[in-house]
Amino acid sequence: MAEFRLPANSRVQPGREHKAPAGATRVRRFRIYRYDPDGGGNPRLDTYEVDLDRCGPMVLDALIKIKNEVDATLTFRRSCREGICGSCAMNIDGGNTLACTQAIGDIGGDVRIYPLPHMAVVKDLVPDLTNFYAQYASIKPWLQTRTPAPPDRERLQSKAEQERIDMPSACILCACCSTSCPSYWWNSDRYLGPATLLAAYRWLVDSRDEATGERLDDLEDPFRLYRCHTIMNCTMTCPKGLNPARAIAGIKQMIAERKL
Amino acid sequence: MALRSPLGRALGLGSAKSGFGHWWGQRLSAGALVLLGLWFAVSLLGLASTDYWAVAAWVGEPRHAILLILFLITLLYHSSLGVQVVIEDYVHEAPAKVSALVVNRFLHVALAVAGVYSVVTLSVGGQA
Repeated sequence: MAEFRLPANSRVQPGREHKAPAGATRVRRFRIYRYDPDGGGNPRLDTYEVDLDRCGPMVLDALIKIKNEVDATLTFRRSCREGICGSCAMNIDGGNTLACTQAIGDIGGDVRIYPLPHMAVVKDLVPDLTNFYAQYASIKPWLQTRTPAPPDRERLQSKAEQERIDMPSACILCACCSTSCPSYWWNSDRYLGPATLLAAYRWLVDSRDEATGERLDDLEDPFRLYRCHTIMNCTMTCPKGLNPARAIAGIKQMIAERKL
Repeated sequence: MALRSPLGRALGLGSAKSGFGHWWGQRLSAGALVLLGLWFAVSLLGLASTDYWAVAAWVGEPRHAILLILFLITLLYHSSLGVQVVIEDYVHEAPAKVSALVVNRFLHVALAVAGVYSVVTLSVGGQA
């Protein structure tokens, strides 16, 4: 059965409190999920008080400040700090988003930070994305053609053809959408999830690709594609403002077109 | 110990190459149910009396009987597809899942047959 409660050893316990230094002027409490695989204990929720007058504006700034100045054991992924690498995807204030583009000022009350939902946790805010990446690889995310490339130039596209892949190819594979999807929570072993389906769509609508039929064959499956029940959490949560739900509808429409 | 590669696990048993029929059937039956459901609700409200003989007389009209049978079959077909999705979503262990899917299908077919039998009996002058 689908699991609706966390297993006993995954339930979150109250954690430690780290007070702001004396003289702090504008204090915000960050309540952060901590899990240490080597410690053997349950996950816990640690509280860190941060002086916003001595911190950058984004949630990632606060995390880096905490790691540098308060608690070096706090573990999270980050790289570009400008919303293009997708590393710092996490669940902030109840929604999946990128810590680097989420302003602290846009969150009311304590800032609650958890790892992406329903993924195995490697440590603290670092989820295990192995299956997510394998699913992405499974749809062959590269150009497949039978026509040899022209010897003297690139494979050409019209402007309109290029525009069809603009939205789907802006995906940074941060996994916010897939991990916000209940269908993906219950069936991620078989359902590909919105991020991978958006990537599949990107190649389906690429005018240069010649494997459309084979791609649709591989996708038409009660679980891989049709586990999407169109609740559109994916589109609501996407930190890049993309629309995976529309892409999935587009795939279903292409399959309908070749059947009817 | 499982040493299968992540890609091997993700590819699993491969694509079933089906699923469109279910998806299309669910949408078609939903559209049909909007019309048939409206007709059914309006008809019920329009009945002067809901005692057995008044309803039997109404069902005795062939077009009413035909529409009622269509409504019943569409409703149960749609319900069978919907319950199937719920089972596939939440029940993952093979024996429980397969039995639930079989029971779901049998139950809906049995209900449809019973419904059609009832309408036909009533329509051709059933006994109270």
